[in-house]
Parts: sequence; structure tokens; C-alpha cells
Amino acid sequence: MSDETKFEPRIVAFLCNWCTYAGADLAGTGRKQYQANVRVIKLPCTGGIDPLFLIKAFERGADGILVSGCHPGDCHYNSGNYHARRRWNVFRPLLEFCGINPERIQFSWISAAEGGKWVETINGVVDSVRALGPFEGYHKINAIGPDASSEKS
Amino acid sequence: MGNKKIGVFVCHCGTNISATVDVEKVAEETKKNNPGVSYTTTYKYMCSDPGQKLLRDKIKEEGLDGVVVAACSPKMHEHTFRNAAIKTGLNPYHVEISNIREQCSWVHPEIPVGTEKSTDLVRMMTEKVRKDKSLNAIKVPVTKRALVIGGGIAGIQAALDIADGGHEVIMVEREASIGGHMAQLSETFPTLDCSQCIMTPKMVEAAQNDNITMHTWSEIESVDGYIGNFTVKIRKKARSVDLDLCTGCSSCWQVCPCSKIKSEFDMGLGNRTAIYIPFPQAIPSKPVIDRENCILFKDARKKNIKPNDSKVCRKCIDACPIAPVKAIDYNQEDEIIEVKVGAIIVATGYKELEDGLYGEYGGGKYEDVITGLQFERLASASGPTEGVIKRPSDGKEPEIVVFIQCVGSRDPAKGCSYCSKTCCMYTAKHTMLYKHKVHHGHAFVFYIDIRCAGKGYEEFSQRAIEEEGATYLRGRVSRVYKKGEKLVVLGADTLTGSVVEIEADMVVLASAMKAQDDAMEIAQKLSIQYDKDKFLSEIHPKLKPVESSSAGIFLAGTCQGPKDIPETVAQAGAAASKVLALLSSDELEREPVVARVDRQLPPVFSTCIGCFYCQKVCPYSAIESEDIKARDGSVIKTVARVNEGLCQGCGLCAATCRSKSIELDGFNDEQIYAEINAVEFN
Repeated sequence: MSDETKFEPRIVAFLCNWCTYAGADLAGTGRKQYQANVRVIKLPCTGGIDPLFLIKAFERGADGILVSGCHPGDCHYNSGNYHARRRWNVFRPLLEFCGINPERIQFSWISAAEGGKWVETINGVVDSVRALGPFEGYHKINAIGPDASSEKS
Repeated sequence: MGNKKIGVFVCHCGTNISATVDVEKVAEETKKNNPGVSYTTTYKYMCSDPGQKLLRDKIKEEGLDGVVVAACSPKMHEHTFRNAAIKTGLNPYHVEISNIREQCSWVHPEIPVGTEKSTDLVRMMTEKVRKDKSLNAIKVPVTKRALVIGGGIAGIQAALDIADGGHEVIMVEREASIGGHMAQLSETFPTLDCSQCIMTPKMVEAAQNDNITMHTWSEIESVDGYIGNFTVKIRKKARSVDLDLCTGCSSCWQVCPCSKIKSEFDMGLGNRTAIYIPFPQAIPSKPVIDRENCILFKDARKKNIKPNDSKVCRKCIDACPIAPVKAIDYNQEDEIIEVKVGAIIVATGYKELEDGLYGEYGGGKYEDVITGLQFERLASASGPTEGVIKRPSDGKEPEIVVFIQCVGSRDPAKGCSYCSKTCCMYTAKHTMLYKHKVHHGHAFVFYIDIRCAGKGYEEFSQRAIEEEGATYLRGRVSRVYKKGEKLVVLGADTLTGSVVEIEADMVVLASAMKAQDDAMEIAQKLSIQYDKDKFLSEIHPKLKPVESSSAGIFLAGTCQGPKDIPETVAQAGAAASKVLALLSSDELEREPVVARVDRQLPPVFSTCIGCFYCQKVCPYSAIESEDIKARDGSVIKTVARVNEGLCQGCGLCAATCRSKSIELDGFNDEQIYAEINAVEFN
């Protein structure tokens, strides 16, 4: 593979506002460098993440996804992260069933004080997804029908 | 709103952003590739006054109806830029921040990389802005009355402060008298002033304050509502005594024949009657009947008759001088009252570690092994021995007393990994009180560390050692066992490296402060958080030390963690000041990031199918059910409705909804999908 065509995965990160988003901010304040493959989408709580958001990101061409929120017991909304975890436990086998490698989605707890952990996590996700290669499942589907995915917007 | 005119303002942040992100290129690319972005610019410092002016001017000049500021984290200046928008008449929720400093310029040193990512992030936000809707701050009226749960020093102080601020306070105390643990103490450190001498005037003050309504022998039944608008049900437990009629003359408890009941107030060292006031200075100074132990009630239970029909005893009612209606009412039942308040202070206090937990120290087994609070009662002038130090087993004056610190505290094996904070000081105080009363006696203290970090505290503990002659031994006690009349304390002195064996007359355990047994229940009733030790959690340990996780509910005193009296009083004052600030306004404004259930015109009315899964996941009980009715009043369908006052905007319901009928304002599906769709994928 030449340098021009070297695969750079695209990662979409869904972060909760209170812990991981603030943790990522802290990584910035601490000038901790990490790989630039991630695009962050902020929500109030990981518990508010609809699995369809993740599917949508894959459909649009994401190679990997990170979902990260507060540590167990630390959720700003008492129990949102537990709901997120449960939902993930149910969603994971469904992904596998659909033929999507569940390793493309990672789930983590990163607190507002863990800038370092954010850096490690992002680098870890990027490296592991790079090793998995591009996610082409949806490209194939999109190639078959009319461009149904990019719809109105 | 698909064709909004969006303006993008890219900030240099001095060189914080522009050093590693080509801001001009970001602005240029954004304008070129995003139809709808009608204006872009860059500026040195967007957050500065001229920067904000630029934003305001351009919103007006260019007629912008959506704004993206590409700058630092929204946690820094989202508020600033939204406020600037308000001044131009633009709804602030059409302003979004693209975080290109913390997420790009500071973490990606290569200019092309940072520039590309920044352009991407800006595009994601412009797409979100396109879907942004106007939201209006939610206004909720405030009930100008506060509830204080707990009538110890924390509750009393908080209630007095709020009452002095001119607001009504309702105080609920589950015991028959207010006063709490502080009323039980003999003297207080580090000044050795008598606890009751400083406590009882405060109790009287609270009782006499016109703004304070006191409900003793009462508990919280339920709490509904939200900040500014709580509805609280209080269970007034049957006292069997009419508080309005009773004068507290003492005739009844003087004739009560059940005189061998262990007094809770004296920590089991003294006795009380079945109709009793907990202690002489009790407020209200009116008795309560202990229905478990009263022989009349026992008889009524056995015969399954109404208590008043029992013919057993009845001495108290016969002795009651109130006529024509006696102040004692055996048939009285629990009463539930409902009050409306705008704010709540939780001051439910602590309990002492169960003494049976340390079997190896003879706790709960040997009479002469007592807890710190029991020693307080022994040393108190109002206690069972009237302040004379006598050992419980035979009433002899103990000549050697061993005090063991950290009983429970700092011992994860016993379930308390934390330091109880007050024990070092009160043990030093105990040695002094003991030496002041038993001049020839000797006090030994086993300690792990001496932690006396308050004002005048270190001097106080040094005084116990140097002037009062207490012998401090650094080490743990492994066992306490009985040898004749003596208690043998087997411990280690780690400073000399030797085993120590002391034949003591009495052992005092500095037992840990623990959360109340029902701390979890009260936390659940209030929807507030508690920590691993069941102490109620403040929302931020440093910057919000008295706020609970639910808005409008504040914490004071030891329900939040071990603390001494000065700290408790300070915290109670802080909680009261928060309440006063809250009650100072007629209406509250809050962020309109709340969930909303779909409602539409007939014949659909709402896509909600009424499964109420949302209700199950909501951490704030903010989902209510609502009947959609026809003109004739018949119910067409029952759907969910979000109580805006309670909703905190987590979005759990929205993600849970099966029919996609709930959306979170500010983060609705359209907005999130717009962001996802805007990510540039290869």
C-alpha cells in the first residue's frame, strides 16, 4: 500500500457532556496529542444515545465508533450510563448478527479528570479499527440501491 | 427552516488556535462548501468585547438566523455567545460552538491535519444549527417556603437562618424532641463548653420563631415535584398525646409503672417510662407514648381491641389534669399532612456504629465496654449518673480507662474505609472530662494517627497529653477480654515495638459515624444520590458542597459525611443561604433542554403509544401520564407527558421510546442525524 492510499479510519465518538466531553477538553488543555481521526458528537448523556445513531454513522461510512460516558456511579443523571451499558449489551449481539464486527464499536468510561485516558482510548480505538480495515458493509449496500442513505439533507 | 442564513465566526484565540489551524482556510472552505452559510469571518479573540460586538453587528447586518462560533470548548463560552445573540433578538439556541481549540489546535500539531478536522467539525455544527429550533427558557414559579428534614443542630441552624431571612420553614423531626445528637453530648471540644447550654437556647429559639412550624415524631412519607414546587407528605406518627391540649406538666410520666425501658437518649445507660419525654429539656416538652412497651397497648394488641377500650393501667390518663378532654388519646392514629415548599434541606444526621460489630473488643458483650456517645451520657450532668463517672456494670468509679480510637473508622473490613473525623478530638475531650472528674484515674488512648486539624484542635489534643496526662499509645488493640472484674486490653505500641496489656476498669470505643440506616430510603424519596457509605452526595465535592444532585434540594450536616459541630453549623448556614437565594425570586428560569412528547392535530393526537417505558427509565420521575379527551370527556388515548420542571434533559426517555415520540429539545434526532451526516467520510 502506498502512502497515498494508506487507510485512515474515520471514528465517530458519541460523548456525554459531563464526563468524557470534559475529559477530552482536559486532554486539550494539557496539550496531549492524539490521532486526528475522531469526530466528536456531544450529547447530554450516553443513556440518550439511540443505537440508530450508531447505525447511521456506519451507514454514512464510519469505520469505528466510540461511545463514552461517566464511570459507573458517577452519572450526572444518576443512572444514564447504566442504561447505556444495558442497551449496548443488547445491541452488541444484534450487530454481530448483522455481520458488523462488534469491535468496531467501543464503549468506555472516561471521567472529566481523565484527559490521559481519553488520549489512550482514542489512540487505541483508531489503532484497532485501522487493523480491522475499512468498514465496507454499508458501501456495498449503498452501491446496490439508489443513494437511499444520504436522503433529504 | 432548511434555508437558514448561517454565519460562521472562526476565532484565532490569539495564537492558541491559529498557530496550528489555518483559520482563514477553515472560513473559506466552510463558505465555499456549505450552501446556507452566507457569512464567514475570522477574528483574533471572539470572546473579547469587540469580538462579541462583531458577532452582534453581523447577526443584524447580514440578517443571520443561525450562528456557529468555532472557538474553544462550549464549556468556556457557549454562554457568552448565546447571551450576545439574545441582545440582537436572535434566539440563543440558534448559536452553537464548534470546539476547534481543545479538540483540534491543542492536540493536533500539524496544520493540515488540524485544519481539515476543524473544517469538518465546523461543518457538523453548521448542519446542526440548520436544524436548531428556537427554545425559550422555562419559567417556574417558586413556593416561598422551605422544608428542613431533621431537627439536630444542622436542621435547627438552617431553619433559623431561613426563618430570619423572612421565609416560612417547616421542620420535620422523627424523634419526639428536636436536638439530635448534639443534645446528647456533655461538653464540646475544643472549648469544653456544655453542649446543652449552647444547644437548648437554639432549640427554644427555633420553637418560638413564628416562621418555623415544627413537626416532631413525624417522618417524610413522600416527596413529589421539583425545584420551587415540591409537594411533601409528612406522616405525623400517633403520639397518643394531643400537643394542643398537653401542657407538659409531667403528671403522666411520673405515675407510669413501666419504668425499666432503656432510654434511647441515654444510649441505653439509663431508663425511661413508657410515656416519656426523651430528656428534660426536650422541645416540645410534651410526652409521647411508646406503644411497643406500654402495657395498655400490649394488652390491646393481645385482645385485638382498640387501645382506649383496654382496662389495663390507664394511670397516665387518670393522672392527666387537663379537663374536660384529657390530653392523652390512646386511640390517636397516624396523620398524613401535605405541605408545599420551594426548597428542601436534608439534615438527617448520622448514627453511631453498632457496638456489636466489634466482638473482639467486647462491644455489646461486656457492659463496661461503652461507645463514645455512651461516655458522653455518663459525663453529662443530665445523664443517668448525673455526670459522675461510674462504670455501668457495678457503678464503681473506674480507675483505669482505655479509649480505643478508630473503632470502625478507617477499617474497610468493618465497612467504613473513611475517617470519622471527630473521634480524635472527642477522645481527647473524653480523657480530659474523665481526668477532671476522677483525679487519680488514668486514661490510656490507643490511636492510629492523631488527626486534629481544626482551629485550636491540635493545641487541645496536646493539652490532653501534656497537661492532663493521658497516655497515648500508637497502635491497634487486638482484643479485649474479661478477667475477674477487670477488662484486659491487649494491644500493640508500635512506637516501642512492644505488646501492651492493660487491665482496665472501663473501655470506651471511639465508634465510627455511620449513615443512618434509612439514608437510602430518604435518598430515594428525594431522588438524590448517595455514596458507597450511604452518605448523601453533594453534586460537586469542592464547588457545590451543599447542593444535592436534585435541583432545589440541599444537604447539611452529617447526613453528607462525618463532620463536627462547627463544620455542621457552617454547612447548615451555607445550605440556608442557597435556599434564601432560591426563595428570593418569584420565578425560576432554567435551560430549556427538556424532553418533549409528540403532540399533533387529530386524528393522530400523538404518536405516543402509551407504553410508558420512558417512565421506567426516567431518573427524575418526570414522566407523567396524560389523558387526551374528546369534547364529551371520554378518553381518546393515554399518552406520556414530560413535566418540564422535573426534567433534567438527559434524553434517556428519547432513546428508550419505541415509537420515537419523545425528543430532547436542543439534541433532537434531526439535529444529531444532521451532525452525523455532516461528517466527511472517505
